[in-house]
Amino acid sequence: MTKRAIPSRRDLLATGAGALATSILPRPVFSQGAPVKVGVILYLSGVQAFMGQQTRKGNDFGAKVVKEAGGPAMEFIYGDAESKPENGRIVAERLIREGCTLLIGTNDSGSTISVAQAAEAAKIPFLINIASAPQITEQGFTQIFRNFTPAGTLVGNAVARIKELGATTGVEPKTAVILHVNDTFGQGIMKGVDVLWDKQQVPIKILDRIGYDVRARDLSVEVAKAKAVGADLLMPITRVSDAILIIREMVKQNWSPMGIISPGSPGPYEKAFTDALGKYGDGYMSCVPWYNPTNKRAREIASRFEKEMDARFDLNAVFAFEAVEIAADAIKRAKSNEPAAIHAALKTTDIADHISYGGPIRFDEKGQNNNIGVVMLQNQNGKPVVVSPADASEAKAVFPFVPFDKR
Amino acid sequence: MAAAGPLLDSFWQSLLTLVFFYAFMGLTWNLMMSAGLLSLGHGLFLGLGAYATAVFTATGGLSPWISILIGAAISAVAGSAIAWIGGRFSVRGVQFALLTIAFAELARVLFDNWDFVGSTGGFFLKAINPDTNRPLLTLRGGTLFFYLAFVLITAGAYFLIRALMASRWGYRWRGINEDEDAARALGVPALRSKVLVVAISAGLAGVGGGLFGFLQGSLFPDSIMGLRISIEVLIAPIIGGVGSLFGPIVGAFFVVPLMEGSNVLGQRMGFYGLNTMIYGAVILGVIAFLPDGIWPRIVRFVAARRS
Amino acid sequence: MTALYLNVISGGILIGVVYALIALGLTIIFGVMRVVNFAHGEMVVIGMYIGYGLWSAFKLPPWMLAPVAAALLFALGYALQLGIVNAFIDRPQHAQFVLFISFALMITGLHLALFGPDSWPIQMVESMQSYTIGPVRLDVLRSQAALMALLLIIGLMLFLRFSTLGRSIRAAADNLIGAQVIGIRVRKVYAVTAGIGMACAGAAGALIAPIFDTQPFLATDFTLIAFIIVIVGGLGSLTGALLGGVLIGLSEALAALMISPALKTTFSYALLVLVLLLRPNGLFGEPER
Repeated sequence: MTKRAIPSRRDLLATGAGALATSILPRPVFSQGAPVKVGVILYLSGVQAFMGQQTRKGNDFGAKVVKEAGGPAMEFIYGDAESKPENGRIVAERLIREGCTLLIGTNDSGSTISVAQAAEAAKIPFLINIASAPQITEQGFTQIFRNFTPAGTLVGNAVARIKELGATTGVEPKTAVILHVNDTFGQGIMKGVDVLWDKQQVPIKILDRIGYDVRARDLSVEVAKAKAVGADLLMPITRVSDAILIIREMVKQNWSPMGIISPGSPGPYEKAFTDALGKYGDGYMSCVPWYNPTNKRAREIASRFEKEMDARFDLNAVFAFEAVEIAADAIKRAKSNEPAAIHAALKTTDIADHISYGGPIRFDEKGQNNNIGVVMLQNQNGKPVVVSPADASEAKAVFPFVPFDKR
Repeated sequence: MAAAGPLLDSFWQSLLTLVFFYAFMGLTWNLMMSAGLLSLGHGLFLGLGAYATAVFTATGGLSPWISILIGAAISAVAGSAIAWIGGRFSVRGVQFALLTIAFAELARVLFDNWDFVGSTGGFFLKAINPDTNRPLLTLRGGTLFFYLAFVLITAGAYFLIRALMASRWGYRWRGINEDEDAARALGVPALRSKVLVVAISAGLAGVGGGLFGFLQGSLFPDSIMGLRISIEVLIAPIIGGVGSLFGPIVGAFFVVPLMEGSNVLGQRMGFYGLNTMIYGAVILGVIAFLPDGIWPRIVRFVAARRS
Repeated sequence: MTALYLNVISGGILIGVVYALIALGLTIIFGVMRVVNFAHGEMVVIGMYIGYGLWSAFKLPPWMLAPVAAALLFALGYALQLGIVNAFIDRPQHAQFVLFISFALMITGLHLALFGPDSWPIQMVESMQSYTIGPVRLDVLRSQAALMALLLIIGLMLFLRFSTLGRSIRAAADNLIGAQVIGIRVRKVYAVTAGIGMACAGAAGALIAPIFDTQPFLATDFTLIAFIIVIVGGLGSLTGALLGGVLIGLSEALAALMISPALKTTFSYALLVLVLLLRPNGLFGEPER
């Protein structure tokens, strides 16, 4: 169970009064020398809280590491948008009012747009760390910077990894079936697959695509249907809980295809997944942005994170962490806590040595970082390891994977 | 109230925008209640208005003023259809409430899978440039614009509903609410009355939805027509006082700051989940100790003081 | 192909029986008190956490835990009814609705605060096993859950038919004033009824904890599916809930197989609308007297 001190009633009253007082006080003026207030907007409660709370750990750890390294003074103020897009705006306004001159967030495309509008109106830069809808950077917002791959780019890179897999292992799957969650994220990835599959002439034929509702708790029929297609590969696009359900059903229905490769989605690399499935979670591959395990600092950060935060340094944590480093870099160069100065500094961001796999972090005129790479992960012995591309690999891919009944 | 807008900073403007959004939605929801029709699917009307307004403006290139009217009309037609079906097959009470949920959820799944409106991937609106934007042309703007817009439509809805309730239709709706069979026996055209009240309520909700969609900047079926928003819009009017005309507005002024306060408190404590616990507990307290809602109690209290 | 259909049909029926147990709780509360428990799904989730906790403490198979969860939820339902809900029995529907919404908000908030947002999976050998009977493959956990749910449903029906307390519950459901006249203490009967209703939800929760990993935000879906079953089967009818559960489980599975998984809930809602319009008392309900 989660360890958390239960606050006393007096604490509650005191903080409540404090909260009220600060929210009535007028907006503070910017002063030189004071720490830069950075507002972090996440879904920390409500249906999507699991992602927000993971992301928060990455952010907390980033703050700690930057502080140790003698980075610029930053004060992080969290705002909980409660899994409601309309709250994004109001939380952003509140944080701006409390003096935040840089915003970071969010996990979800709806609240990201909601925050972006408030940021646009107040001319406060907004660093987007996880939201993946391609449309976000296409709407003409001037205050946004996104250090995450839009769904289309993610799939494009994933396709390259899947092609490499055939070349390096000598095993060439011919057919695939897609099982995908029908939510904003799953929809974006599916669109990417539709566009890129033909364009990049992937030699794997997609025989069927089976979508399911984001709230589905029972995927027995979906898996049975996918099994009946008789494809070489299963390509799941999932969240974590449905990824677990899919594997359980595959074991029970005794279906072991040549491999399970996700063309870009959360799920298999998460701790919840490997904890829940043990040896049955092994072999599952997923193409995602990730930290670069051949980078010494990234490896150290990852192992420290796992020890100190008691969580896996996965995608959410990596990009939450990296956003803090980008913010620190910009603030340092801005030499000011004025939003306009931070905005200008973010515009000229150019970080070559960073922990995620990919080229230097730079933002184009729309605010998108186009240099984020994608690795192929495979779960081996209950942990995700990078198996491709060659310049980031920690281990060799096991492909075709070991059938479930031989484990 | 509207005059105070420019004096507030944009946080308070945003918060009050949400207050008036819930007040407006509560008024429309309460209108259906005047005829005894419990809607648990008001998100449907909100969402239809939001989607129609956004899609006709952004994809169709129409003026947002026209789009919002189209949105209202689509919502009103959907509302009439549900009311007609419900009335024709005499679905009443809790069954009618479930009928509204069923239609709202059917529509949500339909939108989830409808590519033209972006399906679950969402429908996105272009960013507005605060320096060159003309709010009266685009119906979008900064916090002050949305604040004033929601104040105006809330005031408009209030006076419209007040006039309706004083008209012969208002008496018919109340008659149906008290005893539908008796009202019928007295010659009230029950089916027509119900269709009319739901059409007006849904049409208005569609207008609110259109503006709300613009406020959001992006639309997703789950968050704009799902069950969550359907439930959220009816808490304010019930807490404020279902029977009264002013109740939904009072309720919204109570509920929205309560949500915001419990959010801030939960956040300060780093104790996620506390927000909904406080919110739920306060609502429970109000509904248990003020059975008719807040506003009727204030009215009675003031009246007792005077006499 | 036949094997596929047989597997899907049997899987649908098994989960349908568990759904029926959830729906039974909702329908019994409504039948007696005319109160709709909109926090029913939250009760299921409480049952799931209880199931998880007992499993991790004692490593007992979950089907054995259902009676424990049922007993705890009975106590909760009994206390809530005496403490709060009884005062709302004669209040209008919307007031009852907000009452239960407030319960739901508090329970979900408490779950999030205590257990965090992540799923708590029950991992055991049976999670990955299935029985094979000819061409049909039966999921072990589902079969156990369905069997236990069926036993509980039968036990409950026998209790209502043959025990004194059960008879007074039915008397209160059939004719409230008559029941008061013959000296049944209605408040206590209500409390027992609420306890039984929530015990059904809790037991079902413990049974499904190993199938659907436990997390705080599952409740709404359970509430909705219970509603659909209850309306389709007939509000207040016990056999209706059982048959409705199986029907919904089966039709969702077949709809997912034959039409599209993304649209399977649509099928249930469409069925709900049809039943509301054409047979307002449900497929298996008795017409109003």
